Amino acid sequence: MELKTPLYDCHVKAEGKIVPFAGYLLPVQYKSGVIAEHMAVRKAAGLFDVSHMGELVIKGKDAFNNIQMLVTNDCSRMKDGQVKYSPMCNEEGGVVDDVLIYRINGEEYLIVVNASNRHKDVEWMKAHLFGEAELLDLSDEMALIALQGPLSAIILGKLTDSDLLPVKYYTFKDNIDLSGINCMISKTGYTGEAGYEICCKNEDAVKLWEMLLDAGSDEGLIPCGLGARDTLRLEAGMPLYGHEMNDLISPIEAGLGFAVKLNKENFIGKKGIIDRGTPTRTRVGIKITGRGIAREDCPVFIGDKEIGKTTSGTHSPFLGYPIAMALVDVDVSSIGTVLEVDVRGRKIAAEIVKLPFYIHE
Amino acid sequence: MSKEFLFAKSHEWVQFLDDTRARIGISDYAQSELGDLVFISLPEEGDEVAVGETFADVESVKAVSNVYSPVTGIVKAINENLLDQPELVNSDAMDAWFIEVENISDRGDLLSEEEYKKLIAE
Repeated sequence: MELKTPLYDCHVKAEGKIVPFAGYLLPVQYKSGVIAEHMAVRKAAGLFDVSHMGELVIKGKDAFNNIQMLVTNDCSRMKDGQVKYSPMCNEEGGVVDDVLIYRINGEEYLIVVNASNRHKDVEWMKAHLFGEAELLDLSDEMALIALQGPLSAIILGKLTDSDLLPVKYYTFKDNIDLSGINCMISKTGYTGEAGYEICCKNEDAVKLWEMLLDAGSDEGLIPCGLGARDTLRLEAGMPLYGHEMNDLISPIEAGLGFAVKLNKENFIGKKGIIDRGTPTRTRVGIKITGRGIAREDCPVFIGDKEIGKTTSGTHSPFLGYPIAMALVDVDVSSIGTVLEVDVRGRKIAAEIVKLPFYIHE
Repeated sequence: MSKEFLFAKSHEWVQFLDDTRARIGISDYAQSELGDLVFISLPEEGDEVAVGETFADVESVKAVSNVYSPVTGIVKAINENLLDQPELVNSDAMDAWFIEVENISDRGDLLSEEEYKKLIAE
């Protein structure tokens, strides 16, 4: 039985098309449709219910040491109020999950994890905790709302003193009063656009959602579903767990080497990643130049030779042509490489292009 | 053309032009369920289509779906406008025909507009 987020009734009321996703009933789109929702985020602003995401806290004297062991990125220079992205690996160097780490203070970190991995993550972290540290799973008590798009700051500024909002990308502010609701607000997102992710208690979620939509109505803010979330993150070249990475794919192969610090003293999966040696496959961006849309798991060919498989793909609403990401042989992964993608038995012309597909000016 | 529309349970419509010729498209319900269409692949003129067999793909941003032929016959014409403007199906599904079929030798179970409306209301 799927769970409902605290905003479920709002989605139904707004004529969201509800689908099961990662154990939750969530809207894939509202009545405006995926393309209009996507473009609202690129041109104005969109509001997403991402309450299905998991919120875990590690606290205690050894919280920092535990974080350092659990994730591949280096959190040693993080300051209070900073956010860091990192894969979390298994011993073999495959990806358990990719997470956002919020440093509340040196002895307390919030970790935002993928909904589909939440229970696996909790088990994994608990099994590896050491010293004076405890893990709390706050996922069932917290709602998370993403306000994304170039007009996000203007909209949020109507509900609080703008000076209180986080300014730099990947920072956050705790205990912000948004018209009476206590929120934690980070300048983060999964769209390739400026924006915020706002965390509040479940019981405040409906009021906050309605307040935000109301505040943004003049700016063109509309609610956006999972469909637009996926097309936006794909254009932004952002990987999605279960597609671009999984328990068997290393973060290096997934193109996340920037978040793997092999010079860090130790972390789970360091040996596994080193033992794998130089990766033989890598993540690339693909522009479909022929007719058709490659989705995940389509074989990619150069001539008769299969060089890999797509991991995600869609029609890009902003660019107006189909795009995909793929894991392919490193030897044939340079920008401009011409290839073909097998879409349901039909080979479609494509080429490797630079990631991300879209960068906000 | 004021001929009536008939519907397959798989959400295609057929409009017979005479006993052996018909145009085929997808229903308004189908387009609204699919959402924004971004790509349509069509057969070629002269191809055979058969009752219950796929003759086209429609892709929305999120997913691909097959379109099944409600009749058996030969493709006489395709609506090339849809290749460049798949969104025409979203704006007027009953006007946006996919293919015209001739030499029709068989037809599947087809519902009247009223019967079809009952089906989708269920």
